[in-house]
Amino acid sequence: MTVTRADVLRIADLAKLHFDEQELDGFTAQFQRILDYVEQLKEVNIDNIEPTSHVSVTADFEKHIFREDEVRVSLPAEDALAGAPDPGSGHFRVPKVL
Amino acid sequence: MNLSDAHQIRDAVNSGKVSAREVAEAALKRIEAVDAKLGAFLTLQPGEILARADEIDRTVREHTLPLAGVPAAVKDNICTRHLRTTCGSEVLANYLPPYSSTVVERLERAGAVLIGKTNCDEFAMGSSTENSAFQPTRNPYDLERVSGGSSGGSAAAVAAGMTPLALGSDTGGSVRQPASFCGVVGLKPTYGRISRYGLVAYASSLDCIGPIANNPRDIALVLSQIAGRDERDSTSAPVPVPDYASGLGEPVRGMRIGVPREFFAEGLDPEVKSIVEESIRNAASLGCDLVEVSLPHTRYAIADYYIIAPAEASSNLARFDGVRYGFRVPEPEDLQDMYKRTRSEGFGLEVKRRIMVGTYALSSGYYEAYYGRAMRVRTLIKRDYDRAFEGVDALLGPVSPTPAFMIGEKISDPLAMYLSDIYTVTANLAGIPAISIPCGFTQNGLPVGLQIMANHFHESVLLKLAEAYVQAFPLNKPPLKI
Repeated sequence: MTVTRADVLRIADLAKLHFDEQELDGFTAQFQRILDYVEQLKEVNIDNIEPTSHVSVTADFEKHIFREDEVRVSLPAEDALAGAPDPGSGHFRVPKVL
Repeated sequence: MNLSDAHQIRDAVNSGKVSAREVAEAALKRIEAVDAKLGAFLTLQPGEILARADEIDRTVREHTLPLAGVPAAVKDNICTRHLRTTCGSEVLANYLPPYSSTVVERLERAGAVLIGKTNCDEFAMGSSTENSAFQPTRNPYDLERVSGGSSGGSAAAVAAGMTPLALGSDTGGSVRQPASFCGVVGLKPTYGRISRYGLVAYASSLDCIGPIANNPRDIALVLSQIAGRDERDSTSAPVPVPDYASGLGEPVRGMRIGVPREFFAEGLDPEVKSIVEESIRNAASLGCDLVEVSLPHTRYAIADYYIIAPAEASSNLARFDGVRYGFRVPEPEDLQDMYKRTRSEGFGLEVKRRIMVGTYALSSGYYEAYYGRAMRVRTLIKRDYDRAFEGVDALLGPVSPTPAFMIGEKISDPLAMYLSDIYTVTANLAGIPAISIPCGFTQNGLPVGLQIMANHFHESVLLKLAEAYVQAFPLNKPPLKI
Protein backbone atom coordinates (compact mmCIF):
# COMPACT_ATOMS: atom_id res chain seq x y z
CA MET A 1 0.00 0.00 0.00
CA THR A 2 1.54 3.29 -1.13
CA VAL A 3 0.68 6.29 0.97
CA THR A 4 0.46 9.64 -0.76
CA ARG A 5 0.45 13.12 0.67
CA ALA A 6 -3.24 13.24 -0.18
CA ASP A 7 -3.86 10.14 1.98
CA VAL A 8 -2.01 11.73 4.87
CA LEU A 9 -4.05 14.91 4.51
CA ARG A 10 -7.29 12.92 4.42
CA ILE A 11 -6.36 10.96 7.56
CA ALA A 12 -5.19 14.13 9.29
CA ASP A 13 -8.56 15.67 8.58
CA LEU A 14 -10.35 12.67 10.12
CA ALA A 15 -8.05 12.83 13.15
CA LYS A 16 -8.49 16.62 13.51
CA LEU A 17 -4.78 17.19 13.09
CA HIS A 18 -2.94 19.61 10.89
CA PHE A 19 0.50 19.19 9.34
CA ASP A 20 2.21 22.03 7.54
CA GLU A 21 3.92 21.55 4.19
CA GLN A 22 7.33 21.21 5.79
CA GLU A 23 6.22 18.41 8.14
CA LEU A 24 4.22 16.60 5.51
CA ASP A 25 7.03 14.96 3.50
CA GLY A 26 8.87 13.55 6.50
CA PHE A 27 5.64 12.37 8.01
CA THR A 28 4.42 10.66 4.85
CA ALA A 29 7.70 8.72 4.58
CA GLN A 30 7.56 7.56 8.23
CA PHE A 31 3.91 6.66 7.86
CA GLN A 32 4.79 4.57 4.81
CA ARG A 33 7.57 2.72 6.68
CA ILE A 34 5.25 1.86 9.56
CA LEU A 35 2.52 0.63 7.21
CA ASP A 36 5.07 -1.42 5.24
CA TYR A 37 6.19 -3.05 8.47
CA VAL A 38 2.69 -4.00 9.60
CA GLU A 39 1.92 -5.46 6.16
CA GLN A 40 3.50 -8.69 7.41
CA LEU A 41 0.30 -9.43 9.35
CA LYS A 42 -1.22 -10.31 5.96
CA GLU A 43 0.93 -13.48 5.92
CA VAL A 44 -0.92 -14.90 8.90
CA ASN A 45 -3.76 -17.32 8.24
CA ILE A 46 -6.69 -16.03 10.30
CA ASP A 47 -9.43 -18.19 8.80
CA ASN A 48 -11.93 -19.15 11.50
CA ILE A 49 -9.98 -17.25 14.17
CA GLU A 50 -12.09 -15.04 16.44
CA PRO A 51 -10.79 -11.62 17.50
CA THR A 52 -9.65 -11.16 21.11
CA SER A 53 -10.52 -7.92 22.86
CA HIS A 54 -10.76 -8.77 26.55
CA VAL A 55 -7.80 -11.01 27.29
CA SER A 56 -8.50 -12.19 30.81
CA VAL A 57 -12.23 -12.76 30.91
CA THR A 58 -13.32 -15.00 33.75
CA ALA A 59 -16.23 -17.42 33.47
CA ASP A 60 -18.57 -15.32 35.61
CA PHE A 61 -17.38 -11.99 34.28
CA GLU A 62 -20.75 -10.90 32.89
CA LYS A 63 -22.37 -11.31 36.26
CA HIS A 64 -20.04 -8.63 37.60
CA ILE A 65 -20.11 -6.04 34.88
CA PHE A 66 -23.74 -5.11 35.37
CA ARG A 67 -25.08 -3.27 38.38
CA GLU A 68 -28.34 -1.69 39.37
CA ASP A 69 -28.95 1.69 37.79
CA GLU A 70 -29.18 3.58 41.06
CA VAL A 71 -29.19 7.34 41.41
CA ARG A 72 -25.91 8.35 43.06
CA VAL A 73 -24.01 11.50 43.87
CA SER A 74 -21.67 12.32 41.00
CA LEU A 75 -19.02 14.94 40.31
CA PRO A 76 -20.40 18.43 41.12
CA ALA A 77 -20.78 20.65 38.03
CA GLU A 78 -18.27 23.22 39.30
CA ASP A 79 -15.62 20.48 39.69
CA ALA A 80 -16.36 19.15 36.21
CA LEU A 81 -15.99 22.68 34.79
CA ALA A 82 -12.94 23.62 36.86
CA GLY A 83 -10.44 22.51 34.21
CA ALA A 84 -12.33 23.84 31.21
CA PRO A 85 -10.46 26.38 29.03
CA ASP A 86 -13.64 28.43 28.64
CA PRO A 87 -16.31 27.56 31.19
CA GLY A 88 -19.66 29.20 30.83
CA SER A 89 -22.15 29.33 33.68
CA GLY A 90 -22.75 25.63 34.15
CA HIS A 91 -21.60 24.65 30.69
CA PHE A 92 -18.57 24.34 28.38
CA ARG A 93 -18.35 27.20 25.92
CA VAL A 94 -17.07 26.58 22.36
CA PRO A 95 -16.58 28.83 19.33
CA LYS A 96 -19.46 29.33 16.94
CA VAL A 97 -20.35 26.12 15.12
CA LEU A 98 -22.53 27.60 12.36
CA MET B 1 17.96 6.90 56.03
CA ASN B 2 17.77 4.02 53.58
CA LEU B 3 14.76 4.45 51.32
CA SER B 4 15.21 1.23 49.36
CA ASP B 5 12.94 -1.15 51.24
CA ALA B 6 9.21 -0.55 51.73
CA HIS B 7 8.85 -3.38 54.27
CA GLN B 8 11.55 -1.91 56.51
CA ILE B 9 10.02 1.56 56.38
CA ARG B 10 6.54 0.21 57.03
CA ASP B 11 7.73 -1.80 60.06
CA ALA B 12 9.77 1.09 61.46
CA VAL B 13 6.87 3.53 61.13
CA ASN B 14 4.31 1.10 62.54
CA SER B 15 6.50 0.40 65.57
CA GLY B 16 7.26 4.09 66.13
CA LYS B 17 11.02 3.65 65.62
CA VAL B 18 10.92 6.17 62.80
CA SER B 19 8.23 8.71 62.02
CA ALA B 20 6.54 8.97 58.65
CA ARG B 21 7.61 12.62 58.71
CA GLU B 22 11.28 11.63 58.99
CA VAL B 23 10.85 9.23 56.07
CA ALA B 24 9.11 11.86 53.95
CA GLU B 25 11.78 14.44 54.78
CA ALA B 26 14.50 11.97 53.81
CA ALA B 27 12.77 11.28 50.49
CA LEU B 28 12.39 14.99 49.74
CA LYS B 29 16.02 15.59 50.65
CA ARG B 30 17.18 12.82 48.36
CA ILE B 31 15.01 14.14 45.52
CA GLU B 32 16.45 17.60 46.02
CA ALA B 33 19.98 16.21 45.97
CA VAL B 34 19.81 14.04 42.86
CA ASP B 35 16.78 14.75 40.71
CA ALA B 36 18.22 17.76 38.93
CA LYS B 37 20.55 15.28 37.22
CA LEU B 38 17.87 12.69 36.44
CA GLY B 39 14.60 14.52 35.79
CA ALA B 40 12.43 11.79 37.26
CA PHE B 41 9.82 14.06 38.85
CA LEU B 42 7.46 16.51 37.20
CA THR B 43 5.47 17.63 40.24
CA LEU B 44 6.20 17.64 43.97
CA GLN B 45 4.14 19.13 46.76
CA PRO B 46 6.43 19.23 49.80
CA GLY B 47 3.98 20.98 52.14
CA GLU B 48 1.18 18.49 51.54
CA ILE B 49 3.57 15.55 51.76
CA LEU B 50 4.66 16.48 55.27
CA ALA B 51 1.08 17.16 56.39
CA ARG B 52 0.10 13.75 55.07
CA ALA B 53 3.07 12.11 56.85
CA ASP B 54 2.01 13.73 60.13
CA GLU B 55 -1.46 12.27 59.62
CA ILE B 56 0.08 8.79 59.23
CA ASP B 57 2.12 9.33 62.39
CA ARG B 58 -1.11 10.04 64.30
CA THR B 59 -2.89 7.04 62.79
CA VAL B 60 -0.17 4.50 63.62
CA ARG B 61 -0.50 5.36 67.29
CA GLU B 62 -3.98 3.80 67.02
CA HIS B 63 -3.33 0.93 64.60
CA THR B 64 -0.80 -0.35 62.12
CA LEU B 65 -1.06 0.23 58.37
CA PRO B 66 0.17 -2.10 55.60
CA LEU B 67 2.16 0.70 53.88
CA ALA B 68 2.61 2.98 56.90
CA GLY B 69 4.65 6.01 55.87
CA VAL B 70 6.00 4.38 52.70
CA PRO B 71 6.76 7.05 50.08
CA ALA B 72 5.17 6.32 46.72
CA ALA B 73 5.71 8.12 43.44
CA VAL B 74 3.04 7.91 40.77
CA LYS B 75 3.44 8.12 37.01
CA ASP B 76 1.97 11.29 35.64
CA ASN B 77 -0.75 9.58 33.63
CA ILE B 78 -2.45 8.43 36.85
CA CYS B 79 -4.93 10.98 38.19
CA THR B 80 -4.32 12.54 41.58
CA ARG B 81 -7.01 14.84 42.96
CA HIS B 82 -5.98 18.51 42.76
CA LEU B 83 -2.39 17.47 42.01
CA ARG B 84 -1.20 18.31 38.50
CA THR B 85 -1.42 15.33 36.14
CA THR B 86 0.18 16.10 32.78
CA CYS B 87 0.64 12.74 31.02
CA GLY B 88 3.93 14.29 29.88
CA SER B 89 1.92 16.43 27.46
CA GLU B 90 1.47 20.13 26.73
CA VAL B 91 -2.21 19.35 26.30
CA LEU B 92 -2.51 18.69 30.04
CA ALA B 93 0.35 20.89 31.24
CA ASN B 94 -1.85 22.54 33.89
CA TYR B 95 -4.48 19.86 34.43
CA LEU B 96 -5.70 19.36 38.00
CA PRO B 97 -7.89 16.23 38.14
CA PRO B 98 -11.09 16.59 40.14
CA TYR B 99 -10.73 13.01 41.44
CA SER B 100 -8.07 10.46 42.32
CA SER B 101 -7.54 7.13 40.62
CA THR B 102 -8.51 3.98 42.48
CA VAL B 103 -4.86 2.94 42.85
CA VAL B 104 -3.99 6.22 44.53
CA GLU B 105 -6.98 5.94 46.86
CA ARG B 106 -5.93 2.40 47.76
CA LEU B 107 -2.29 3.35 48.32
CA GLU B 108 -3.35 6.17 50.61
CA ARG B 109 -5.81 3.99 52.46
CA ALA B 110 -2.92 1.60 53.13
CA GLY B 111 -0.87 4.43 54.63
CA ALA B 112 1.47 5.32 51.76
CA VAL B 113 2.61 8.92 51.37
CA LEU B 114 2.29 10.17 47.81
CA ILE B 115 5.48 12.09 47.17
CA GLY B 116 5.08 13.21 43.60
CA LYS B 117 4.33 12.62 39.96
CA THR B 118 6.90 11.06 37.69
CA ASN B 119 7.92 11.81 34.15
CA CYS B 120 6.84 9.65 31.23
CA ASP B 121 6.63 9.58 27.47
CA GLU B 122 3.68 11.66 26.36
CA PHE B 123 0.49 9.66 27.05
CA ALA B 124 2.79 6.66 27.73
CA MET B 125 3.73 6.44 24.06
CA GLY B 126 7.41 5.66 23.87
CA SER B 127 10.22 3.46 25.11
CA SER B 128 12.69 6.06 26.40
CA THR B 129 10.85 8.89 28.22
CA GLU B 130 12.30 11.19 25.54
CA ASN B 131 8.78 11.85 24.27
CA SER B 132 7.90 13.79 27.42
CA ALA B 133 6.98 17.36 26.52
CA PHE B 134 8.93 18.57 29.55
CA GLN B 135 12.24 16.70 29.93
CA PRO B 136 13.91 13.36 29.29
CA THR B 137 14.58 11.18 32.35
CA ARG B 138 18.20 10.06 32.50
CA ASN B 139 19.50 6.68 33.56
CA PRO B 140 21.02 6.67 37.06
CA TYR B 141 23.71 4.22 35.90
CA ASP B 142 24.75 6.41 32.94
CA LEU B 143 23.41 9.94 32.60
CA GLU B 144 23.95 9.93 28.83
CA ARG B 145 21.52 7.05 28.47
CA VAL B 146 17.75 6.79 28.62
CA SER B 147 15.90 5.52 31.66
CA GLY B 148 13.60 3.54 29.39
CA GLY B 149 9.94 4.18 28.96
CA SER B 150 7.33 5.03 29.10
CA SER B 151 7.48 4.84 32.95
CA GLY B 152 11.10 6.05 33.00
CA GLY B 153 10.54 8.59 35.76
CA SER B 154 9.08 5.95 38.11
CA ALA B 155 11.91 3.47 37.44
CA ALA B 156 14.68 6.08 37.79
CA ALA B 157 13.12 7.41 41.02
CA VAL B 158 13.21 3.95 42.61
CA ALA B 159 16.69 3.13 41.26
CA ALA B 160 18.12 6.40 42.58
CA GLY B 161 16.74 5.84 46.08
CA MET B 162 14.28 8.74 45.93
CA THR B 163 11.36 6.47 46.77
CA PRO B 164 11.08 2.76 47.59
CA LEU B 165 7.91 2.45 45.57
CA ALA B 166 6.43 3.84 42.38
CA LEU B 167 3.54 3.11 40.08
CA GLY B 168 3.85 2.99 36.33
CA SER B 169 1.63 1.83 33.52
CA ASP B 170 2.46 -0.92 31.04
CA THR B 171 0.72 -1.06 27.66
CA GLY B 172 3.54 -2.70 25.68
CA GLY B 173 6.36 -2.96 28.24
CA SER B 174 6.34 0.48 29.83
CA VAL B 175 6.89 -0.82 33.39
CA ARG B 176 9.19 -3.77 32.65
CA GLN B 177 11.56 -2.15 30.16
CA PRO B 178 12.44 0.92 32.28
CA ALA B 179 12.71 -1.36 35.33
CA SER B 180 15.18 -3.46 33.34
CA PHE B 181 17.14 -0.40 32.14
CA CYS B 182 17.37 1.02 35.67
CA GLY B 183 18.10 -2.21 37.57
CA VAL B 184 14.87 -2.38 39.60
CA VAL B 185 11.87 -4.71 39.77
CA GLY B 186 8.75 -3.92 37.73
CA LEU B 187 5.51 -5.89 37.45
CA LYS B 188 2.94 -5.82 34.68
CA PRO B 189 0.01 -7.64 36.25
CA THR B 190 -2.68 -9.69 34.51
CA TYR B 191 -5.01 -7.52 32.43
CA GLY B 192 -7.83 -6.59 34.81
CA ARG B 193 -5.92 -7.38 38.01
CA ILE B 194 -5.59 -3.69 39.01
CA SER B 195 -8.31 -1.11 38.47
CA ARG B 196 -7.55 1.50 35.85
CA TYR B 197 -10.11 4.03 37.06
CA GLY B 198 -8.21 7.31 36.85
CA LEU B 199 -5.49 6.04 34.52
CA VAL B 200 -5.56 8.26 31.43
CA ALA B 201 -6.37 5.75 28.71
CA TYR B 202 -3.91 4.97 25.93
CA ALA B 203 -4.85 1.55 24.53
CA SER B 204 -7.72 0.20 26.56
CA SER B 205 -7.45 -3.48 25.65
CA LEU B 206 -3.77 -3.49 26.72
CA ASP B 207 -3.25 -0.87 29.48
CA CYS B 208 -2.27 -2.10 32.95
CA ILE B 209 -1.05 -0.23 36.02
CA GLY B 210 1.97 -1.88 37.63
CA PRO B 211 4.27 -1.33 40.63
CA ILE B 212 8.05 -0.71 40.60
CA ALA B 213 10.24 -1.41 43.65
CA ASN B 214 13.69 -2.68 44.61
CA ASN B 215 12.67 -6.24 45.44
CA PRO B 216 9.86 -8.73 44.72
CA ARG B 217 8.66 -8.68 48.35
CA ASP B 218 7.79 -5.01 48.10
CA ILE B 219 6.03 -5.64 44.79
CA ALA B 220 3.96 -8.34 46.51
CA LEU B 221 3.17 -5.99 49.38
CA VAL B 222 1.85 -3.20 47.19
CA LEU B 223 0.07 -5.53 44.77
CA SER B 224 -1.96 -7.00 47.62
CA GLN B 225 -3.08 -3.47 48.50
CA ILE B 226 -4.00 -2.14 45.06
CA ALA B 227 -5.29 -5.21 43.17
CA GLY B 228 -8.90 -6.30 42.96
CA ARG B 229 -12.29 -5.59 41.51
CA ASP B 230 -13.42 -1.98 41.29
CA GLU B 231 -16.92 -1.26 40.09
CA ARG B 232 -15.66 1.99 38.52
CA ASP B 233 -13.57 -0.06 36.04
CA SER B 234 -15.76 -2.62 34.31
CA THR B 235 -12.67 -4.43 32.98
CA SER B 236 -11.29 -5.06 36.48
CA ALA B 237 -11.54 -8.75 37.23
CA PRO B 238 -13.77 -10.26 39.94
CA VAL B 239 -10.95 -12.52 41.06
CA PRO B 240 -10.07 -12.69 44.79
CA VAL B 241 -6.80 -11.02 45.82
CA PRO B 242 -4.50 -13.34 47.78
CA ASP B 243 -1.82 -12.15 50.18
CA TYR B 244 0.91 -12.14 47.57
CA ALA B 245 3.64 -11.98 50.21
CA SER B 246 2.57 -15.23 51.88
CA GLY B 247 4.11 -17.70 49.39
CA LEU B 248 7.42 -15.89 49.18
CA GLY B 249 10.39 -17.80 50.48
CA GLU B 250 8.90 -21.17 49.61
CA PRO B 251 11.20 -23.43 47.58
CA VAL B 252 10.78 -23.43 43.81
CA ARG B 253 12.15 -26.95 43.37
CA GLY B 254 10.17 -28.81 40.72
CA MET B 255 8.77 -25.69 39.14
CA ARG B 256 8.57 -26.16 35.37
CA ILE B 257 10.13 -23.30 33.44
CA GLY B 258 9.78 -22.71 29.73
CA VAL B 259 12.38 -20.90 27.66
CA PRO B 260 10.79 -19.52 24.49
CA ARG B 261 13.09 -20.17 21.55
CA GLU B 262 11.81 -17.04 19.75
CA PHE B 263 13.10 -14.80 22.56
CA PHE B 264 16.71 -15.67 21.73
CA ALA B 265 16.65 -15.17 17.97
CA GLU B 266 18.37 -12.49 15.90
CA GLY B 267 18.39 -8.92 17.21
CA LEU B 268 19.27 -9.86 20.79
CA ASP B 269 22.44 -8.12 21.97
CA PRO B 270 25.09 -10.82 22.60
CA GLU B 271 26.00 -9.51 26.04
CA VAL B 272 22.34 -9.35 27.12
CA LYS B 273 21.88 -12.83 25.69
CA SER B 274 24.73 -14.34 27.69
CA ILE B 275 23.66 -12.61 30.94
CA VAL B 276 20.05 -13.79 30.52
CA GLU B 277 21.14 -17.33 29.58
CA GLU B 278 23.32 -17.49 32.65
CA SER B 279 20.45 -16.37 34.86
CA ILE B 280 18.24 -19.06 33.35
CA ARG B 281 20.89 -21.64 34.29
CA ASN B 282 20.89 -20.08 37.77
CA ALA B 283 17.13 -20.59 37.98
CA ALA B 284 17.58 -24.21 36.92
CA SER B 285 20.11 -24.67 39.70
CA LEU B 286 17.34 -23.88 42.21
CA GLY B 287 15.74 -27.16 41.17
CA CYS B 288 13.48 -25.86 38.41
CA ASP B 289 13.02 -28.01 35.32
CA LEU B 290 13.87 -26.22 32.09
CA VAL B 291 11.91 -26.92 28.93
CA GLU B 292 12.35 -25.27 25.56
CA VAL B 293 9.03 -23.96 24.26
CA SER B 294 7.94 -22.24 21.08
CA LEU B 295 5.75 -19.17 20.75
CA PRO B 296 5.63 -19.13 16.95
CA HIS B 297 3.57 -15.96 16.51
CA THR B 298 6.05 -13.81 18.47
CA ARG B 299 7.47 -12.52 15.19
CA TYR B 300 4.16 -10.79 14.44
CA ALA B 301 3.79 -9.22 17.86
CA ILE B 302 5.30 -5.80 17.11
CA ALA B 303 3.25 -5.36 13.95
CA ASP B 304 0.16 -6.52 15.83
CA TYR B 305 0.79 -4.18 18.73
CA TYR B 306 1.49 -1.19 16.49
CA ILE B 307 -1.92 -1.59 14.86
CA ILE B 308 -3.95 -2.30 17.99
CA ALA B 309 -2.38 0.29 20.30
CA PRO B 310 -2.50 3.23 17.86
CA ALA B 311 -6.06 2.32 16.81
CA GLU B 312 -7.26 2.41 20.40
CA ALA B 313 -5.17 5.51 21.11
CA SER B 314 -6.69 7.39 18.18
CA SER B 315 -10.10 6.80 19.71
CA ASN B 316 -9.10 7.49 23.34
CA LEU B 317 -7.23 10.69 22.52
CA ALA B 318 -10.19 12.16 20.65
CA ARG B 319 -11.22 13.57 24.02
CA PHE B 320 -8.41 16.13 23.93
CA ASP B 321 -10.28 18.67 21.86
CA GLY B 322 -9.88 21.88 23.86
CA VAL B 323 -13.43 21.78 25.22
CA ARG B 324 -13.63 20.18 28.65
CA TYR B 325 -10.10 20.34 30.04
CA GLY B 326 -6.55 21.12 29.15
CA PHE B 327 -5.08 23.31 26.47
CA ARG B 328 -7.12 25.31 23.96
CA VAL B 329 -5.47 27.30 21.23
CA PRO B 330 -6.10 31.07 21.61
CA GLU B 331 -8.57 32.84 19.31
CA PRO B 332 -9.80 29.99 17.12
CA GLU B 333 -11.66 30.98 13.98
CA ASP B 334 -14.36 28.40 14.47
CA LEU B 335 -14.94 25.00 16.07
CA GLN B 336 -13.04 22.96 13.46
CA ASP B 337 -10.11 25.34 13.59
CA MET B 338 -10.08 25.05 17.38
CA TYR B 339 -10.02 21.25 17.26
CA LYS B 340 -7.26 21.05 14.68
CA ARG B 341 -4.95 23.71 16.03
CA THR B 342 -5.46 22.71 19.67
CA ARG B 343 -4.50 19.11 18.90
CA SER B 344 -1.70 19.96 16.48
CA GLU B 345 -0.03 22.40 18.86
CA GLY B 346 -0.80 20.40 22.00
CA PHE B 347 0.36 16.92 20.98
CA GLY B 348 3.96 15.92 20.34
CA LEU B 349 5.13 14.16 17.19
CA GLU B 350 4.95 10.54 18.42
CA VAL B 351 1.41 11.00 19.72
CA LYS B 352 0.34 12.50 16.40
CA ARG B 353 2.04 9.65 14.56
CA ARG B 354 0.13 7.03 16.54
CA ILE B 355 -3.17 8.88 16.21
CA MET B 356 -2.59 8.99 12.45
CA VAL B 357 -1.70 5.28 12.16
CA GLY B 358 -4.67 4.41 14.35
CA THR B 359 -7.10 6.62 12.45
CA TYR B 360 -5.93 5.03 9.22
CA ALA B 361 -6.31 1.51 10.62
CA LEU B 362 -9.86 2.26 11.74
CA SER B 363 -10.94 4.28 8.72
CA SER B 364 -13.72 3.20 6.42
CA GLY B 365 -12.62 0.35 4.17
CA TYR B 366 -9.52 -0.45 6.21
CA TYR B 367 -10.95 -1.53 9.57
CA GLU B 368 -11.12 -5.27 8.75
CA ALA B 369 -7.77 -5.28 6.95
CA TYR B 370 -5.93 -3.67 9.87
CA TYR B 371 -7.62 -3.58 13.30
CA GLY B 372 -9.87 -6.56 12.62
CA ARG B 373 -6.98 -8.66 11.37
CA ALA B 374 -4.72 -7.53 14.22
CA MET B 375 -7.27 -8.61 16.84
CA ARG B 376 -7.42 -12.06 15.21
CA VAL B 377 -3.64 -12.39 15.08
CA ARG B 378 -3.75 -11.45 18.74
CA THR B 379 -5.88 -14.52 19.38
CA LEU B 380 -3.10 -16.64 17.86
CA ILE B 381 -0.46 -14.96 20.03
CA LYS B 382 -2.59 -15.63 23.10
CA ARG B 383 -3.07 -19.26 22.05
CA ASP B 384 0.72 -19.68 21.85
CA TYR B 385 0.86 -18.76 25.52
CA ASP B 386 -2.18 -20.87 26.48
CA ARG B 387 -0.44 -23.86 24.91
CA ALA B 388 2.90 -23.12 26.59
CA PHE B 389 1.29 -22.83 30.02
CA GLU B 390 -0.25 -26.28 29.65
CA GLY B 391 3.28 -27.61 30.13
CA VAL B 392 5.08 -25.02 32.25
CA ASP B 393 4.47 -22.80 35.29
CA ALA B 394 6.52 -19.84 34.09
CA LEU B 395 8.50 -18.59 31.12
CA LEU B 396 11.89 -16.91 31.31
CA GLY B 397 13.55 -14.61 28.81
CA PRO B 398 15.03 -11.16 28.22
CA VAL B 399 13.02 -7.96 28.78
CA SER B 400 14.67 -5.84 26.14
CA PRO B 401 17.02 -6.77 23.28
CA THR B 402 19.60 -4.22 24.47
CA PRO B 403 20.61 -2.44 27.65
CA ALA B 404 19.67 1.24 28.01
CA PHE B 405 20.47 3.06 24.78
CA MET B 406 21.89 6.56 24.34
CA ILE B 407 19.66 9.61 24.60
CA GLY B 408 18.88 10.63 21.02
CA GLU B 409 19.93 7.27 19.56
CA LYS B 410 16.49 6.13 18.40
CA ILE B 411 14.33 9.22 18.63
CA SER B 412 14.44 10.03 14.92
CA ASP B 413 13.69 6.44 13.86
CA PRO B 414 10.27 5.47 15.24
CA LEU B 415 10.35 1.94 13.85
CA ALA B 416 13.71 1.18 15.53
CA MET B 417 12.19 2.42 18.80
CA TYR B 418 9.12 0.19 18.28
CA LEU B 419 11.29 -2.87 17.66
CA SER B 420 12.87 -2.49 21.11
CA ASP B 421 9.51 -3.64 22.56
CA ILE B 422 9.72 -7.09 20.95
CA TYR B 423 9.93 -9.17 24.17
CA THR B 424 7.44 -7.14 26.19
CA VAL B 425 4.42 -6.54 23.94
CA THR B 426 3.38 -10.18 23.82
CA ALA B 427 2.45 -10.25 27.52
CA ASN B 428 0.12 -7.30 26.93
CA LEU B 429 -1.41 -8.89 23.84
CA ALA B 430 -1.95 -12.16 25.73
CA GLY B 431 -3.02 -10.38 28.94
CA ILE B 432 -0.65 -12.39 31.13
CA PRO B 433 1.41 -11.12 34.09
CA ALA B 434 5.13 -10.56 33.66
CA ILE B 435 7.87 -9.16 35.86
CA SER B 436 11.34 -7.77 35.23
CA ILE B 437 14.01 -8.44 37.84
CA PRO B 438 17.62 -7.26 37.64
CA CYS B 439 19.84 -10.23 36.75
CA GLY B 440 23.21 -8.74 35.82
CA PHE B 441 25.23 -5.82 34.54
CA THR B 442 27.06 -5.34 31.27
CA GLN B 443 30.80 -4.60 31.06
CA ASN B 444 29.83 -0.93 30.90
CA GLY B 445 27.89 -1.20 34.15
CA LEU B 446 24.40 -1.12 32.64
CA PRO B 447 21.64 -3.20 34.24
CA VAL B 448 20.06 -6.15 32.44
CA GLY B 449 16.64 -7.51 33.34
CA LEU B 450 15.27 -11.03 33.39
CA GLN B 451 11.62 -11.38 32.43
CA ILE B 452 9.42 -13.96 34.13
CA MET B 453 5.96 -14.56 32.69
CA ALA B 454 3.13 -16.68 34.07
CA ASN B 455 -0.44 -17.58 33.22
CA HIS B 456 -3.40 -15.27 33.86
CA PHE B 457 -3.78 -14.34 37.54
CA HIS B 458 -0.69 -16.35 38.51
CA GLU B 459 1.16 -13.35 39.95
CA SER B 460 1.95 -15.51 43.00
CA VAL B 461 3.99 -17.88 40.83
CA LEU B 462 5.96 -14.99 39.33
CA LEU B 463 6.67 -13.41 42.66
CA LYS B 464 7.67 -16.68 44.30
CA LEU B 465 10.18 -17.43 41.56
CA ALA B 466 11.44 -13.83 41.46
CA GLU B 467 11.98 -13.78 45.22
CA ALA B 468 13.73 -17.17 45.21
CA TYR B 469 15.98 -15.90 42.44
CA VAL B 470 17.03 -12.62 44.05
CA GLN B 471 17.60 -14.36 47.40
CA ALA B 472 19.84 -17.02 45.84
CA PHE B 473 21.71 -14.73 43.41
CA PRO B 474 22.17 -11.30 44.95
CA LEU B 475 23.75 -8.76 42.62
CA ASN B 476 26.70 -6.51 43.22
CA LYS B 477 25.33 -3.32 41.77
CA PRO B 478 27.88 -0.85 40.43
CA PRO B 479 27.71 2.66 41.92
CA LEU B 480 25.11 5.07 40.56
CA LYS B 481 26.41 7.98 38.49
CA ILE B 482 24.55 10.62 40.44
